[in-house]
This record gives sequence, C-alpha cells and structure tokens, in this order.
Amino acid sequence: MSENSIHHIVPKSTYYLIFLALMVGTAITWWVATIDLGPMNNVIMLTIAVTKATLVVLFFMHVKYSNHLTWAVIAGGVFWLLIMLALTMNDYLTRAFLHYG
Amino acid sequence: MSNGAAVAHDPHHNPNLAHHFESMEQQTEASILGMWVFLVTEILFFGGALMAYMVYRSQYPDAFALASSHIAILPGAINTAVLILSSLTMALAVHAAQTGERTKIMFFIVITMILGAAFLGIKAYEYYEKYEEHFIPGMGLQFIFPEPEYQQNAQIFFSIYFVLTGLHALHMIIGLGIMTWMFIWVKNGTITSEYFAPIEISGLYWHFVDIVWIFLFPLLYLIGRHVHHV
Repeated sequence: MSENSIHHIVPKSTYYLIFLALMVGTAITWWVATIDLGPMNNVIMLTIAVTKATLVVLFFMHVKYSNHLTWAVIAGGVFWLLIMLALTMNDYLTRAFLHYG
Repeated sequence: MSNGAAVAHDPHHNPNLAHHFESMEQQTEASILGMWVFLVTEILFFGGALMAYMVYRSQYPDAFALASSHIAILPGAINTAVLILSSLTMALAVHAAQTGERTKIMFFIVITMILGAAFLGIKAYEYYEKYEEHFIPGMGLQFIFPEPEYQQNAQIFFSIYFVLTGLHALHMIIGLGIMTWMFIWVKNGTITSEYFAPIEISGLYWHFVDIVWIFLFPLLYLIGRHVHHV
C-alpha cells in the first residue's frame, strides 16, 4: 500500500464519480431537511455529511492510497475531536439530572 | 566528503531533493504527512467552534431552528455546489501535476480560483443580506428578530453563524493566496513532473476547506427547514 502511494494516479473517472456522489448527497440533504422526521433529521443529515467528507478524504485527498502512518494521524485527529465533543456533551446533557434527585 | 561530491555530480539527483531525504518519494510522503498533521490541528480548531454550536443548540433548540429557518437556502446550496466543483477541479489539477501536464495544472488552478472567488462573492452577498435583515448581532448594529420571544437566543445562533462562516471564508481567502503561489511556481518552472508535492499538499488544504463547508451547510442552513413559523 505505501510502496506505490506517491505514484498512484487516481483515474479521472473516479473523480467525476465522487463529484457526482457529492452533488447527489447535497441534494438529498436539502430534500430531507424539508420533511419533519423529528430527531432523525439530524441523524440523516450528519450521516450524509460524514459520508461526503469520507469520500473527499479517501479519493480527492488520496488517503485510500496513503501509507499507514497517514491513516494513524487522521484517525488520531478524528478520535480526539470525538473525545472533545462526546465528553463535553456528556457534561451539558446530564446537568439537568441533578434536579431529579 | 567524496561521497557528498558524488551526490552533487549525480545526474539523477533532483535539485529539489533536500539532503536529509533519501529519495523524492520519501520527501513527498513526509510533506503529505506533515500537511495532515497541520490539518488535524485544523480539524480540532473548527471542532472547537462546532462544540460551541452543539452546546448552545442543545440548550436552545427552538431558537436555533427558528433562526436557521430565516437564512435563505439557495445561496448556501449554490455555494455548496461551487465548492464541490472546485474540489473536483483541484483534484484534476493534482492529476495534471502527476502526469506532468503543465498547461493543464495552470488551467485547473485558475478554474479552482475562479470558483473560490465566486464562493466568496456569494458569501459577501449573504452577509449583506443579513445586514439588511438586521441579523448581525453586536458591532453596534441593531439586531431585530421577527419572533421577539427568541430575540436573545437567536443572537447566539447568528454569532456562531458569523464565527463559523467567517473563519471558513478566511480559510478560503488563504486558499486563494496559496493557489496564486502555486500558479506562479508552475509558471516559473519550480514545479516539475518529479517535484509536485507543493501542488498535492495545497490540494489537501483546499479539500479540507471544502469538507468544513460540507458540515456547515446543513448545520447552519437546514436545521429549521421543517419548522412552521408560529
């Protein structure tokens, strides 16, 4: 995998396909937002956004063809982001519990 | 000593290869890795602002949905398409760099820059719209929200809106600067078919800024679409 990462040239057709997928994803996000699905609106919206971001990272940014060290750095960054988001929300969303006692 | 002289006279030695790297491949891999380390700091930088968004939205979900529903979708959706298209042309610029097609690199860099400038133009129009609608909190301006009971909490939404989109626009402006720099480097021959890592890592930056917008568009424009005005 790391052997040919620099010389790996992604065919243009792949880029066009990813571009199309990103546009379709945007259209679906907009369409779904107009329907009231309760909390599912957020879930669908973020699932599409994460999928779109993953496509950009893997193909436009060539990470699919990158070495393991690059993967580790990106995974580390995302993991720390999730720690920040999860632990902070863990605090804010549970503060009201104090009043139930 | 003699070894150093041999390297200097080696006809296969690329002048762009720094002495502490074994090969161009290793040098390119190192610069890509370094760029990713920087982008991770950027992920956490924007993550901090998103954190503020999440905390306040969880406290004031109605105000956020209502405030979001006052933002016109169309300019934001067009901008999303413009940025995705610019990511495609950026990827094609890197592709041209890999295959050593100089004219094509310059062509795609210019198209990417035009799209980036178009994004900023539309963004500026949106900011002007917010000014006209009295949706700018602070700065000595009068903030007027159509639903007076949400007057205060809607200001929190718009503060976060301006911080997030403003920081994103700043990154776009920096991106245009980087692209200008890359255009000059391709034109003056600094970039060659062996040495194109600068194009590749500039592309990583450009795509990252696109990814930030992929999250900002739904989170800022679309969360109140199904809310019925009371």
